[in-house]
Amino acid sequence: MDNVIFAVGSLIVLAGAVGVVATRSTVYAAMSLVGTLFGMAILFLTLQADFLAAVQVIVYAGAVVVLFLFVIMLVGIDRLENLRTEPLVGQRWLGLGAAVIVAAGLLFAVLKGTITGAESSTAKPEGRSQNVIDISKVLFTDYLFAFEITSLLLVIGVVGAVALARRRPRSDSELIDGDEPVVTFERDTDDDPDDVAENESGEAIGERR
Amino acid sequence: MMLFATVGPEAYLGVSAILFAIGVGGLLLRRNPIVMFMCIELMLNAANLAFITFAHELDDIGGQVSVFFVLVVAAAEVVVGLGILVAIMRRRPDATADDLDVLKG
Repeated sequence: MDNVIFAVGSLIVLAGAVGVVATRSTVYAAMSLVGTLFGMAILFLTLQADFLAAVQVIVYAGAVVVLFLFVIMLVGIDRLENLRTEPLVGQRWLGLGAAVIVAAGLLFAVLKGTITGAESSTAKPEGRSQNVIDISKVLFTDYLFAFEITSLLLVIGVVGAVALARRRPRSDSELIDGDEPVVTFERDTDDDPDDVAENESGEAIGERR
Repeated sequence: MMLFATVGPEAYLGVSAILFAIGVGGLLLRRNPIVMFMCIELMLNAANLAFITFAHELDDIGGQVSVFFVLVVAAAEVVVGLGILVAIMRRRPDATADDLDVLKG
């Protein structure tokens, strides 16, 4: 039974991952990502990580993907994308080659390597019903400092996101001015295309679009 | 019989490796910044699966605690990254990752 669940879970995970990479629509990619994350929660359950399976569904599938969808809908880039264009020469083959090399290296390490069976350095899990208790014991003793730093990180993340995404009034005296240079630079290159051709580093840049 | 054999850690780690490679491929092949973000999430999830596999295999709860921290950092990263994307996309809705080369002197 265990391996049937594993097979179903990993099938969902990998199919969702391929969906993220291969679909033209960003919304479909986000939906495929939900599939991957749910499949991952199934695999977590088979590995007796019940708490993390629940957190995976709540945080990832619940919050992160909703955030993705919010941005997709808010900015209005939910249209189809042409996957045939190749802005950099040979990007597709180089990217595929790099992915294959990474897969081969990792699979080689998995199949040829051995798990050392080293003694557990923190604490042994005491079974399914104790999962939350086990995690919280370690989290609030050995990893207490990291846990507190995490809260700082989240505060910085929230403040940073607000500072970046807020629609600010037009004034140059703002300390954080994220999007203004993008426009000025783009106008420059659009106005004289020779500029691009003269660039030393490239045929890559010249062939864009 | 194959159907009732127990699943070893190699199978989980193999799924993790393939998932990571799909994430790498997507990050290198796609140009839509949001899809590239999703590919980063795929890679983080692959690492999480490896963590939990080892936590199960070595009887060590530390792997699960590490996954907890990875989740938190991933959430913060998504929030800040999508904030940057919104700031860029509001001006130029059709920008791809190749167009965002402002720092290129």
